[in-house]
Amino acid sequence: MIPSFGQGSACERTNGWWCTDWLRDHWGDTLQPALLQHVELSLIAVAVGFAIASALAIAGFRFRLVDAPVGALADFLYTIPSLALFQLLVPLTGLTETTVEIALVSYTLLVLYRNMVEGLRGVPADVLEAARGMGLTRVQTFVRVELPLAAPAVLAGLRIATVSTISIATVAAFVIPKGLGEPIFVALNQNLFKTEILAAGGLAVALALTADGVLVLAQRLLTPWSRLR
Amino acid sequence: MRSQAAELVFDEATKQYPGRPEPAVDRLSLTVPAGEICVLVGPSGGGKTTALKLVNRLIPLSSGDIRIDGTSILDLDLVTLRRGIGYVIQQVGLFPHMTVEENIATVPRLLGWSRQRIRERVLELLELVGLDPDHDRRRYPAQLSGGQQQRVGLARALAANPPLMLMDEPFGAIDPIVRARLQEEFLRLQRELGKTVVFVTHDIDEAIKLGDRIAILREGGRLAQYDTPARILAEPADEFVAQFVGADRALKALTLRTLGDLDLRPGTWLPGLPRVPVATTLRDALAVLVAEGHERLIVVDEAGEPLGTATRDDLLA
Repeated sequence: MIPSFGQGSACERTNGWWCTDWLRDHWGDTLQPALLQHVELSLIAVAVGFAIASALAIAGFRFRLVDAPVGALADFLYTIPSLALFQLLVPLTGLTETTVEIALVSYTLLVLYRNMVEGLRGVPADVLEAARGMGLTRVQTFVRVELPLAAPAVLAGLRIATVSTISIATVAAFVIPKGLGEPIFVALNQNLFKTEILAAGGLAVALALTADGVLVLAQRLLTPWSRLR
Repeated sequence: MRSQAAELVFDEATKQYPGRPEPAVDRLSLTVPAGEICVLVGPSGGGKTTALKLVNRLIPLSSGDIRIDGTSILDLDLVTLRRGIGYVIQQVGLFPHMTVEENIATVPRLLGWSRQRIRERVLELLELVGLDPDHDRRRYPAQLSGGQQQRVGLARALAANPPLMLMDEPFGAIDPIVRARLQEEFLRLQRELGKTVVFVTHDIDEAIKLGDRIAILREGGRLAQYDTPARILAEPADEFVAQFVGADRALKALTLRTLGDLDLRPGTWLPGLPRVPVATTLRDALAVLVAEGHERLIVVDEAGEPLGTATRDDLLA
């Protein structure tokens, strides 16, 4: 097979490593839409995962009986390779965004759930005793003491979940033509155009680093006390 | 109007844990008069902390009753009861995610005080417990020393001006020098505030120093003796109490009085005699005499002016 690199510049015709003119020409029709789709896929997955994990974590924290099965399920989901999970879901939910989100959400659950439960359990016994002794109700203790004290662990989990979701979301292109995985697959399947692969891959890395940076900043602003000591 | 101090009555208060042969607290009956410090002391297993926690119902009574100013704790709503009692524990239990100010403001906030009133109260309390109102109020607990944390713990417990304070080995985890200072300051505070205080310790010296009355609990949560420090040292009720207060109880009794309590002799201001401040306890004064090999010392006031003399026999009389 003789690869065709189109009718672009000399760089494009010779499949150069970094063709600036290609990037300029295709930012608008390829890279930028892929980036925005990637952000959307990841954001929905992390938000839904966070909501589900929060509900499960509150249940698992309050009722020890719930914790073991939920933890085991999250563990199990996490061990399924992402490609395999996509394949398993396609017969059920088709080649849809739903399939992608179910898989992405599944991967966020373990780290979010575990960190939330550990964060809530990690509240020191003397702090809880003081809260009880001062006449805080159960709900007040949860909202004013346990939740804020669990925040560092929750945010740490959120960072890991976000970064790994952004990374796994590139594989979504196996199912739907969306996200930064799409230009990579196109290039891999058609012509191994290096600039496109590097640019899309680079954007995925940059997106992950940016998201991580934003969350680190949020951590410092929301829990200034956790960095003391 | 809420009273400044409340009378606390234990009436046959008993805690029996299921499956244990002996009760943790066994028919404890004693009355703490309003405004006094009652120290619960005894060996571990004596149930002193359990007895304390019965009062704010962190541990539920099995039988008997506890009354605060005549009202049974069982007749009060749990949250109301606890918000009306200051509670200080050994590990302090400050909220790490809140500043000193927010920690102290906890109960006033729950009680719905206005911002202005809370702010004023916090500043007043910081001053009272010897912290810097401007600087320390914005700090987080992790930025404070152990002694400073316990000052904040005390301020937090005092915030809503409760008539009753429960203190569970509050100075137990603090090094001896700072502990002695906190004890002094606590006594000064108490002279000012006049709360009813129940104070748990395993340290008999701390009990003697702080208590208006001491309740000695023995294994099985039984009250061995409830009396003033002087009477417990002079007339231990039984062998257990005598052993618990120690063979040096005569010496300990000397810590209860200072040189200021003696009728001083007019001095023949001999040079070379040790000069000892009037606020010194008789025990420390005796130590000076023994160390320096003298029979007599000169008592001086805060300014160092001689007030009179005292002999060794005066100290021991």
